[in-house]
Amino acid sequence: MEEVLFFGAALGALGGAIGVVALRNPFYGVLALIVHLFSLAVLYLLLSSAFVAAAQVVVYAGAVMVLYVFVVAYVGGGGESAWESIPGQRFLAPLLGIAVFVELAIAVLSSSLLALGTDGPDVKPGFGDPAAIGTLLLEKFLVPFEASSILLLIAAVGAVVLAGRRREAA
Amino acid sequence: MSAEWFVVLSSLLFAVGATGILIRRSPVVILLCLELMLNAGNLALVAFSRMVGNQEGQVFALVVMVVAACEVVVGLGLIVAIFRRKLPLDVDELRELRG
Repeated sequence: MEEVLFFGAALGALGGAIGVVALRNPFYGVLALIVHLFSLAVLYLLLSSAFVAAAQVVVYAGAVMVLYVFVVAYVGGGGESAWESIPGQRFLAPLLGIAVFVELAIAVLSSSLLALGTDGPDVKPGFGDPAAIGTLLLEKFLVPFEASSILLLIAAVGAVVLAGRRREAA
Repeated sequence: MSAEWFVVLSSLLFAVGATGILIRRSPVVILLCLELMLNAGNLALVAFSRMVGNQEGQVFALVVMVVAACEVVVGLGLIVAIFRRKLPLDVDELRELRG
């Protein structure tokens, strides 16, 4: 059962990722990314991290993707021109991507992490649930938590400054 | 499932995202491919957290999600600003910053 779920979700994640890269219309790309994010949430559940999976669905597939859909609808999904500024870009880039994958896979599989081939230790039923993550966030990681909230505030202000209508520019 | 399956899948997703950034020219799609790479990193973080049996990796994954949300907000703000000035939405034509 676990293998079926893993390979199903892995196929969904991979198909969504390839869809994002390959689809010409950015709107369909956003939809493919939503498929990808849902499949990743299933994988997080398989890794017994329920809170991260819930945050993935609510924050990513919900809020962030709505933002993308709004912007794609605003700027319009124009097709890209076929003009290549670097000769052979369409053939070199996948080669480079394959090279990155091979390199990462070699680095992972030849590492001396003994636990990599195992299922990992047996965890308690509360592993990765909201209470445990919340306790960690508010006790051990309080400073990063506050720093990320400040980062969010700065990003919101920055977006307003960047995208806001300017009178003198018109 | 052993953890190496998850880590290999995450490196595969990262490679797909990197390829997308190299191929595509629309800034919106490049942001989408950045999301792919960040999520691949997240999957590796959560897989290692399960492998070690320690929840701190999941906190890292949550922080990565926050950073990704900030990056999306600023990036989409830039795209809207570019669109408002009637500039082309193509990273090969927006080349004034290239030295």
